[in-house]
Amino acid sequence: MPPSIALRMNHALPHDHRERLLHVGREVSFPAGTRLFEEDRHADRFWIVRDGTAALDMQVPGRRTPVVETLGIGDLVGWSWLYEPYVWQLGAAAVTQLRAYEFDAVAVRLMCLDDPAFGQAVEHWVGRVLAHRLNAARARLVDLYGTYETKEPR
Amino acid sequence: MTAVPVPHRVVGRRRETGDTVTLRLEPVDTPLPDFVPGQFAMVHCFGRGEIPVSVSSVQATGGLAHTVRSVGAVSDGLCAARVGDVVGIRGPYGTSWELERARGQDVLVVAGGIGLAPLRPLILSALAEPEAYRRVNVLIGARTPDDLIARMEGESWATAYTGVTVDLPDAGWRGDVGVVTQLLGRPHFDPDDTTAFVCGPEPMIRATARELAHRGVPRDRIRVSLERNMRCATGHCGHCQLGPVLLCQAGAVVGWDLAEPLLSVREL
Repeated sequence: MPPSIALRMNHALPHDHRERLLHVGREVSFPAGTRLFEEDRHADRFWIVRDGTAALDMQVPGRRTPVVETLGIGDLVGWSWLYEPYVWQLGAAAVTQLRAYEFDAVAVRLMCLDDPAFGQAVEHWVGRVLAHRLNAARARLVDLYGTYETKEPR
Repeated sequence: MTAVPVPHRVVGRRRETGDTVTLRLEPVDTPLPDFVPGQFAMVHCFGRGEIPVSVSSVQATGGLAHTVRSVGAVSDGLCAARVGDVVGIRGPYGTSWELERARGQDVLVVAGGIGLAPLRPLILSALAEPEAYRRVNVLIGARTPDDLIARMEGESWATAYTGVTVDLPDAGWRGDVGVVTQLLGRPHFDPDDTTAFVCGPEPMIRATARELAHRGVPRDRIRVSLERNMRCATGHCGHCQLGPVLLCQAGAVVGWDLAEPLLSVREL
């Protein structure tokens, strides 16, 4: 599993690119329980958590909405804004009071187009976040469904 | 230490989860030498056999106890033991967590599932001496909320930070969801001056230790508890051999500097 610390923006993005990105971000705060986005809706923004916890959830017809992962300080909330068709794959809500940097997706995509080096750095960062979360999901699959051989005969 | 199981009476029994039980034990007559957190005993279920089980409580802090998960014939028998029953104990065996090496430093405990049991006496020892350690942080992961052991007790631990996450939440779960390594960004600790103690399933140990090393915790200050097939616990049978070491002697607690190259060898 790739080390997650390298996925935090302050580690993953070079200083200049990080400053440019933060320049177009704004500080926001959400009370616990606030829905950040909904599955299948247009992905028009993203967040980086400054304090608190956000939960990603998935709609299951006829059932309660299960939480599939929680995100904390320094984590990127939302990646669907970077890739067509720009549609949220999951829903998200603030579990606790949530403070975050919020970024407009169109503005950041335009910055990526305008400056290929910046764009490459952002895509590399988000790609690594995706790879890390895929690996984390695989680890959980092994934990939940993997077969553990007992050390003693039954 | 003795090669013959010493009779111990079950004086307390607490069901931790659906398949896990903690047995509090007292010697029927001759006591064993004191165990140190991280060490293990060969616990004998008469008529069935014996298995290695780490201590989840030591004589010095609350009396000897073992937490057993029912995964086979012997552990089934131990989990079925009632107060008043007698089991056999050989030990103490193996290395300890060596908590004393962390004095003056941050202490970071990372546990997966029943891996919290061997770490419990370490946590209690560290919290009993708040002036000896800078910050004590505890991170716990489990498959489901029902697989969390020591839940009520954990809520009372006076740690700097205690984080709990599960793979599969139930309807009542309001905590974190995901692998335990995701919690490593939450507590405050100085990687250069931290000793970490990790116990759980081997994939979780590897992921956690690699992440900690990447964050700057020295590999020899990442202490991990490895599980292998320990039969004799005295270094004679060779069942627990892992490369050049016999884990019953050099382990089960070893530094990540020793464990990392061994765990990366396929089929070792």
